[in-house]
Amino acid sequence: MLTTPLNDEHVSLGATFTDFGGWNMPVRYGSDLDEHHAVRKSAGLFDISHMGELRVVGAEATKFLDSILVSDISKLSIGQAKYTMICAKDAGIIDDLIVYKMDTEDYLVVANASNRHAVLIAMQDMADYGFKIDIFDETEDWALVAIQGPKAKDILAKLVDIDLSELKYYSIAKANLGAVPVLLARTGYTGEDGFEIFIPVLESVSIWRQLLAAGGEDLLPCGLAARDTLRLEAGMPLYGHELNRTLTPFEANLGRIVAFDKGEFNSKTELLKVSNQKLEVKLFGLKGEGKRAARADYEIFLPGGEASIGKVTSGVLSPTLGYPIAMAYLKAYLDLTPGSKLEADVRGTRVPYEIVKLPFYKAER
Amino acid sequence: MANPENLKYTKEHEWVLLEGDVATVGITQYAADALGEIVYVDLPKPGSSTSYMKICGEIESTKSVGELYAPMDGEVVEANSALGNSPEAINQDPYGAGWLIKIKYTQLPELLTAAEYAALTGE
Repeated sequence: MLTTPLNDEHVSLGATFTDFGGWNMPVRYGSDLDEHHAVRKSAGLFDISHMGELRVVGAEATKFLDSILVSDISKLSIGQAKYTMICAKDAGIIDDLIVYKMDTEDYLVVANASNRHAVLIAMQDMADYGFKIDIFDETEDWALVAIQGPKAKDILAKLVDIDLSELKYYSIAKANLGAVPVLLARTGYTGEDGFEIFIPVLESVSIWRQLLAAGGEDLLPCGLAARDTLRLEAGMPLYGHELNRTLTPFEANLGRIVAFDKGEFNSKTELLKVSNQKLEVKLFGLKGEGKRAARADYEIFLPGGEASIGKVTSGVLSPTLGYPIAMAYLKAYLDLTPGSKLEADVRGTRVPYEIVKLPFYKAER
Repeated sequence: MANPENLKYTKEHEWVLLEGDVATVGITQYAADALGEIVYVDLPKPGSSTSYMKICGEIESTKSVGELYAPMDGEVVEANSALGNSPEAINQDPYGAGWLIKIKYTQLPELLTAAEYAALTGE
């Protein structure tokens, strides 16, 4: 199993670990609920070095990415980030990605740990058409940490040499953290304001410690358990749950990220077809009554109904909201809308649920 | 972590405190730690009967669901209603405030001593 450059730090902080996408990752350090609440009320620090960093550079980098990603990459300005997807020719989602435009023909593409190789292979296949580009897998050159929460900016500001107010949401800049050159992105996966910091591996332990020291009581190291409950409250999809190779961006309510007007790209023909068809299933947000959460794979029914109308992809008792929340793929023809009543089969008991708008939780900005 | 010597244990990671014909039942620190943060418990109602090693409740953490096995035959005389609002007591004080149910038992199965249970969990 792969370990991040911060593994020893996690061990000494008493973390419990899990295998995630082939990486040994911290699940929690102490209480994952405390970690969750710290991010909502103060700040949390995550090691997300398992994420894949793929560098695409060369004279035709923009043209190349436009031919394989669903978004219009040519519209990005230097320092801008974009949430996008790489789809296969059949329109199925290979991965969801964040693309950072570092320079004119220089992009940093961040992929999910479990999909890094699938993305690389898809990119190589496209590159074989003769694009003037190079692709480098820089995953093991970078440590990636996320500092998230309402106090993240003030904590980070103590250590960096740039004005963080100038760094807008979904943008990236070079900065020095202490004496170390890092990449600072104002992105995250928690629904809070925050930053993701790309750090050269050799400096990562020192910076992790500096961040924790600068944060003091306001900053808690957080594991994947809190990361999952935070992203779910924020209505953000997780590959393997809300997204997979058999779904397209349209079922996932992410059709808006597909730029049909940008010219040809690998998945355009099939995606166009899907966008003009009636969908079979669609992703919904659900809110439950009581405290019993419907979890991944639990079946959803119309009230009193006998036939399942779909399945939960992620579900938990929301730590912030106090009631169960879930995302589920449900039959699209039912025309479910916020307020529509449903039931979840929670280990043999029907629990009332209803459709709600996503996200479940939105931070005040 | 020490398992109190005055308690008996089951292979399903429950502890039992015997007082007269009533047994107080909870889950061990080992089980609470393994489950992670407990957010919800579903306990049998007072008056319901329990059968040895039959599922009688659920303990749900942020990440998983654990089942509560009745450690003996009998009748539930009390369920810890305080856990409805503070299920975290099971993590914080599994042998005290985190107790689950009291059973007036009709038959006592063989239970493990603290040392035998410690051997089972490899501690």
